[in-house]
Amino acid sequence: MEDIQYMILKKEKFNDFISKLSKMQKLAAPVSKGYNNFAFEEVTSGSEIACKYIPTILPPKKFFMPQRETLLKFNISKGVDAEAVLEYEPVTLFGVHTCDLAGIQCLNMVFSERPKDYNYLTRKNKITLIGLECNDYCDEYASCHLVNASFPSGGYDLFFTDLGDYFIVHVNTQTGDEIIDATESFEKAEVLHMNDLKRLRDHKRKVFNNEVPIEGKHIPELFDRSFRARVWKDLNERCLACGNCTNVCPSCYCFDIRDELDLSLKKGVRYRVWDSCQLEPFARVAGGINFRKERSARQRHRYYRKFRYPVDRFSRFFCTGCGRCTRTCMARISLKETLNELIKERG
Amino acid sequence: MEKVALKDSSYRLKKAKILQKKKLTANEKFFEIALRDGSSLDHEPGQFLMVSLLGIGEVPISICSSPAKRDSFDLCVRAVGKVTRSLHKLKAGDEIGIRGPYGEGFPIRILEGNDLLIIAGGLGIAPLRSLITYVLDNRRDFGKVHILFGCKEPKEMLFSDELEDWNKRTDLHYACTVDRADPDWAGNVGVITTLIPGVDIEPVRTFAAVVGPPIMYNFVIKELLAKGIPERQILLSFERNMKCGNGKCGHCQIQNLYVCQDGPVFNYERIKNLSEAF
Repeated sequence: MEDIQYMILKKEKFNDFISKLSKMQKLAAPVSKGYNNFAFEEVTSGSEIACKYIPTILPPKKFFMPQRETLLKFNISKGVDAEAVLEYEPVTLFGVHTCDLAGIQCLNMVFSERPKDYNYLTRKNKITLIGLECNDYCDEYASCHLVNASFPSGGYDLFFTDLGDYFIVHVNTQTGDEIIDATESFEKAEVLHMNDLKRLRDHKRKVFNNEVPIEGKHIPELFDRSFRARVWKDLNERCLACGNCTNVCPSCYCFDIRDELDLSLKKGVRYRVWDSCQLEPFARVAGGINFRKERSARQRHRYYRKFRYPVDRFSRFFCTGCGRCTRTCMARISLKETLNELIKERG
Repeated sequence: MEKVALKDSSYRLKKAKILQKKKLTANEKFFEIALRDGSSLDHEPGQFLMVSLLGIGEVPISICSSPAKRDSFDLCVRAVGKVTRSLHKLKAGDEIGIRGPYGEGFPIRILEGNDLLIIAGGLGIAPLRSLITYVLDNRRDFGKVHILFGCKEPKEMLFSDELEDWNKRTDLHYACTVDRADPDWAGNVGVITTLIPGVDIEPVRTFAAVVGPPIMYNFVIKELLAKGIPERQILLSFERNMKCGNGKCGHCQIQNLYVCQDGPVFNYERIKNLSEAF
């Protein structure tokens, strides 16, 4: 790690920096919505930003993969007259935690696998990412250390770490460098700043431990033994099949494609919307057969899509340990508890 | 929000024109279709298309003609949802949108030089027709060819003219059965598995290609294994819900496999332990 890649931003200059940043292009950051809920929303001043926040209701995937996204514009009055389109908006995201940076890395892998998805890939390159370190756990639902997401590991243009009176900032890309230059709020990091960062990281290494008693490398084997585990039957009784867990997941990307005509009944759009493997019709074919009819099979599918299948395809977990699925579940299905039960039953 | 044209989009449609439409049964219609730009679809037997009716939606449909037919291709469509019911209402000259072909079809080059046992249940004859017609177009390249076909009732029999023709040919063995006969039926009655023991094959050099409803697979596979056909030589095609065809949307997933990209044709050895496959 070279010092030249590190800058510092004094806290008294934070508001000034955010104002300047928001003038460069649309800026979104975590904002408090009350009752310990947060959301990424457009901001123009530092005072709107909640720098200490637990994972937002929806992850920043909503900027990369909008909940509704037009794929085709068409006119049905003269045969097949359709134009493939991309909707995008250049945006800077400030304050993205390492779990959510990991989620974006997962999505990048999925959509750049052939056949590539240029709707996603083109939009992704219009988004600037500024990370923000978690100095401590957000709450008891997080399991970021288990899945290697508790420390920064790329995926950002700039990365902020709060060190009391100032932020130390890792400059990871040319885009990040340009922000440093354009906002004129930063100073070069000195040795004492680097020592402060090292001290924090050392402290974090003591605080962050595997949240479930298993080593990451043994998780795939655990899942190999667990396809018929009793745990899934228990989830069958509890799951309400509402799809909240997948909607809030930073690495869930399943979608549906639909057509819609406007009131002229001539012009329309084909669009994709977030879908959920937890919903009953998800794997049902037109003839009526449903290949994942039981909630147990659907919940199991969700866990395997986080901890087993992507290990083969992408050499990583697709759980980022953010804890959102657990926080949002109306039936109190807990990811950590499920893993603990699996270890007890099949470990 | 900017909205710009995206030339690399995976969702771009090719224009295609319906050349002819024929009623096959009460529920299934046959379409012969050509690409508007005059190009060939250039598919492999067993691949599928995403077929679009703008404003209504998009559905996966198996291609049921031989790739040797270059100027047009055939689809056999059962009316089960809003897109397929709307497709049934179209007529010759109408335009549809297509994407594809998608997926891994039957591995033709591996099949060449071997004997084939083709087993179709009901609508399963549609994707298999692409293989059968390809094999007949290139008959010399294959060994013995057996075709077994089963459906619920005689009136549900698809492509009956062609079945009749296959029955008359001396370069293949054809047999069919129905679950329930009607008064005019003089052929076999019983499920398709009843035809398998009577087929004379050399198992080590035989590839079985099986397409039918999910319930059929377990019974047929058991019979084929009993015949001594190796697991790798049993080829199955799976029907799943599909929205994108690109291995992204998640609907067609069987454990870690995407049927739209990794399939729809799989050899039994590869998928036998995937509980969600059957």
